[in-house]
Amino acid sequence: MNLSILKSDKKNLNSFIAIGGTLILIGFIDIIFSSFFSTNITAFLPDKISYLTPLLFGLFGLYLIRIEFSGNKLLDKVNTNFNSSNFNALLTLLVIFALIKYIPPLLNWFVFDANFAGNTKEDCTSGGACWVFIKVWLNRFVYGLYPDTEQWRINTAFLTLFLLVGASFFVPQRYKKYIIIFLLFVYPIIGLKLISGGDFGLKYVETGAWGGLSLTFIVSAFALILCFPIGTILALGRRSKLPAIRYTSIGFIELWRGVPLITVLFMSAVMFPMFLPDGTYVDKLIRVLIAITLFEAAYMAEVVRGGLQALPKGQYEAAKSLGMGYWRMHFLIILPQALKLVIPGIANTFLALVKDTPLIFVVGLLELAGMVNLAKTNPKWLGMAMEGYVFAGLVFWVICYVMSRYSQNLEKKLKTER
Amino acid sequence: MNFKNLKLNLSNKNKDLIPQILTVLFLILVVIYFTINAQSNMGNRGISFGFGFLSQESSFDITFSLIDYDGSHTYARAFLVGLLNTILVSVIGIFFATILGVTIGIARLSQNYLVAKSAEWYVEIFRNIPLILQIFFWYFAALRALPLTVDSINFYDISFLNVKGWYVPKFVWTNFSIFLYSIVFSFILIYFLGKYAQKQRDKFGKQIPTLYISILLIIGLPLLSFLIGGVSLSFEIPVLTQLSKTVYVYRGGVSIIPELISLALALSMYTATFIAENVRAGILGVSKGQKEAAASIGLTKGQILKLVVMPQALRIIIPPTTNQYLNLTKNSSLAAAIAYPDIVLVFAGTALMQTGRAIEIISITMLTYLSLSLSISVFMNWYNKKMAIKEK
Repeated sequence: MNLSILKSDKKNLNSFIAIGGTLILIGFIDIIFSSFFSTNITAFLPDKISYLTPLLFGLFGLYLIRIEFSGNKLLDKVNTNFNSSNFNALLTLLVIFALIKYIPPLLNWFVFDANFAGNTKEDCTSGGACWVFIKVWLNRFVYGLYPDTEQWRINTAFLTLFLLVGASFFVPQRYKKYIIIFLLFVYPIIGLKLISGGDFGLKYVETGAWGGLSLTFIVSAFALILCFPIGTILALGRRSKLPAIRYTSIGFIELWRGVPLITVLFMSAVMFPMFLPDGTYVDKLIRVLIAITLFEAAYMAEVVRGGLQALPKGQYEAAKSLGMGYWRMHFLIILPQALKLVIPGIANTFLALVKDTPLIFVVGLLELAGMVNLAKTNPKWLGMAMEGYVFAGLVFWVICYVMSRYSQNLEKKLKTER
Repeated sequence: MNFKNLKLNLSNKNKDLIPQILTVLFLILVVIYFTINAQSNMGNRGISFGFGFLSQESSFDITFSLIDYDGSHTYARAFLVGLLNTILVSVIGIFFATILGVTIGIARLSQNYLVAKSAEWYVEIFRNIPLILQIFFWYFAALRALPLTVDSINFYDISFLNVKGWYVPKFVWTNFSIFLYSIVFSFILIYFLGKYAQKQRDKFGKQIPTLYISILLIIGLPLLSFLIGGVSLSFEIPVLTQLSKTVYVYRGGVSIIPELISLALALSMYTATFIAENVRAGILGVSKGQKEAAASIGLTKGQILKLVVMPQALRIIIPPTTNQYLNLTKNSSLAAAIAYPDIVLVFAGTALMQTGRAIEIISITMLTYLSLSLSISVFMNWYNKKMAIKEK
């Protein structure tokens, strides 16, 4: 028998579509029945064949409707995107079947069977996720162990920050400069003072009590602001013609890049105090900030160096021929172009920085992930690890995803300007 | 003699010298300051700087070790145990991350819309969640949901998965060394075969099916060692034994602890996203013209992939991927968070707590990682130089 009589063509298009479509439909009905109603409609077949029936039906159906240039736009689209070969058809079916099988249980756990009402673990009865846990602990997840009555200070600090950042986008170009300078050099001190307190009638809150998502933001924001200039200077140092400066920069960069952050944090926790005069105490948070900043600065330096290397030599020569000195050349000509070139790299470094902040748990500071760890060991809330980590993961994911999208947009925007 | 020029040069030199001297001076001062403080601090605590403690008895236990170890061994041995555990999890992670990453990287370029989208979402999801959270998730949430020892998940009666870990059969070899020699020997043969094939190709334009012969060699020689070399292999299957009324354990076999499973899972799934992006960039980086040119001189599809696309794509893929391997190795230090006994937990954690020798221990730990990184980056530089396109 010649198999090619089964190959569809334009003449009997409709009958092939009808037969193929029916077969695919049978496959889908089979899988839907078996995954939602736990009844196997092909149970009369041997075990293994019955397991594969939806796949076989679907494959054969897709084979029948695979017609090149059928003239039907929808069919052509389906064929090129999902059904271009037997292998692709198999992949399509497998993906769809996996989605049918695994998405509904996940959705059930997340939403339909989940518990939202109530205040204790005992209110979670329906078997899905216990979002009550998140609801009850949300305050702690955001503010850590910061006293409840003082939390307005954190709110104010972050609100002002957002307002200032927002303002810097909308005010005329002339004032933008001042806002940015204020944001970079003055605001961090004000914000830190507001949160830590101690003066101006504000109650002192020790850094051990800071925590949760706000600490994640504080650590990332400070490290972000500080690592950028240090990284730039290191990058310039690595490209310097002066050997002492070049080798110092190389040594510094490679030292930090060669070790994991966790050992750097260990170092800041146990080794660094040994290097200071006896009796001096540097706050834990400050030590962590220094460690993370130096660590990320080394990565930033390599990113910036990439931009510096990518600039054509002519830019340097042109700047020199205008009689510019080293610093003027770099600040007015080289760096603005180089930094623009490496925006994706800078964004990636920032993303890595945000993703690294949970590591500060090794010195006993608890940001979001650390607070989840703390909450799930609370005797009243045992067994809530899944909810806690899913929540924390979701929060981090949203932050990182938005950041990466923003950097992609920024990259596109700056590209068109060139 | 042109004195004017000489003077100019001198002043230029001075201009260059001053910042350098200042830098060096600053560095020396910092080092001196730190040393003096460290000395006085250690003096106050009654300890002196030195690495003698490494040969002392460690007197702590390690839950998972590849070599013989107990409390009576030295700190140096504990360090070795930690290092081996780090290497173990890194090698496992690299192996699976590569497989997963390459698959997903290729899937992202698939014509199949569903496959490409699924791969894209995999990358977007797992890349944007902090690795430490993923480790926590697998260890504290996912693996804790596994059944108890009594009703373990059974894989064909030879391997069992439960909340205590994964029990797999142990390989019991006789004459293992002969088997090893046969593998090494087959690799040597393959190396010479490759050389010979290249010579034949360059000289006579003859194609030798290197791949098939290599596969034959690498399967055939070890098989031969089984048949005539006296090598034999048997499996020790873990068996469920009852200790008391409610306590069950698996005896025999190899137990893979959940810390290792969750760490390897998280590391490979996280790193795979970055490798996938590298693979995608590498394949996209080979220009269409190359493929068309190869097709126009009559190469088959397989030949195009093997001789034209892959060599060029690999040149783009390998450097950043090596970097990712290095990152994975460094990230394996997060093991400390779930008490997998790697070098950070064993040495910079337990050993440091016991001896109080912060400076020595942290320096050794950092130096270990540093030498690992530096050796890989030296290798990378060598590789890049070797693979760089020699145009001019």
